[in-house]
Amino acid sequence: MRNFYGVSLRNPFMLGTAQYPSPAILEEAFRKSDAAVATVSLRREQGQGQAFWGIIKSLDVHVLPNTAGCYSAREAITTAHMARELFETNWIKLEVIGHGDTLQPDPFGLLEAAEALVADGFEVFPYTTEDQVLGQRLLDAGCQVLMPWGAPIGSGLGLNNRYGLTSYRAAFPDVPLVIDAGLGLPSHAADALEMGFDAVLLNTAVAQAGDPVKMAEAFAMAIRAGQIGGTADPMEPREMAAPSTPVIGKAWL
Amino acid sequence: MKIEINGEPREMEARTISEALDELGLADAKVATALNGDFVPKALRGSQTLRDGDKLEVLAPMQGG
Repeated sequence: MRNFYGVSLRNPFMLGTAQYPSPAILEEAFRKSDAAVATVSLRREQGQGQAFWGIIKSLDVHVLPNTAGCYSAREAITTAHMARELFETNWIKLEVIGHGDTLQPDPFGLLEAAEALVADGFEVFPYTTEDQVLGQRLLDAGCQVLMPWGAPIGSGLGLNNRYGLTSYRAAFPDVPLVIDAGLGLPSHAADALEMGFDAVLLNTAVAQAGDPVKMAEAFAMAIRAGQIGGTADPMEPREMAAPSTPVIGKAWL
Repeated sequence: MKIEINGEPREMEARTISEALDELGLADAKVATALNGDFVPKALRGSQTLRDGDKLEVLAPMQGG
């Protein structure tokens, strides 16, 4: 598996920590998922932050703080600096949102923030679209990982633009690519790994399932299957049938 | 002196960010601070003075996707 800023993950599963029915279910879902990375955020201290941090520290995960909810480069940059001090990591999942309905990244703000943060020593994981021009600009800015969306955050629609994502994978063969956002089912994750993506990042699909712990396990299995299948040199699809049972030697009946 | 802390106006005795955190009972809490939109590193909280009308953000680890 490709590494992420020099870190080799034990598996390609990055899982969010929001929206679980309870802290206990969050913890159990993480254990079942065996996710290697946990995304976290910063919010105004209202008394629960300290306990939450205790849970995250008890999980065997790399912490990836996000800049969720930021609508400008400036906000995202300040948030990233606060996250770096708080979580003691240079990793930042950079989100600069352009529109409240789609939660689509603002490509201009994203690039501006990425340039500033890379210059400040951050290791940026940009949440982006499948736009290859933007992808190249983010790489030029010093990003060493790209995270194109599968579909809008929280939509559960899966890989909305398979052509675009296949083409994105082909355009950046040596860059670690993570499908971030929009996955709803384990099969979506398997699909992403089979297509050659290096990891998936999801939250709502597990946290908002009726049984988050079971769903976390299902995603873990699908991700594993997709990863192995994707590297096993899959057959080429074809339009016509081709018998799998030998034709020669069939009885004359 | 009136300081807006996490969006709420408060009357504070504190003259620095460190003192403000003390006053809020967050001296030992795992938090990060920003003053008027700019990040203030932990090491500078003691020397960063507060002025009437300042906006102080005190953020903690939270669930995120």
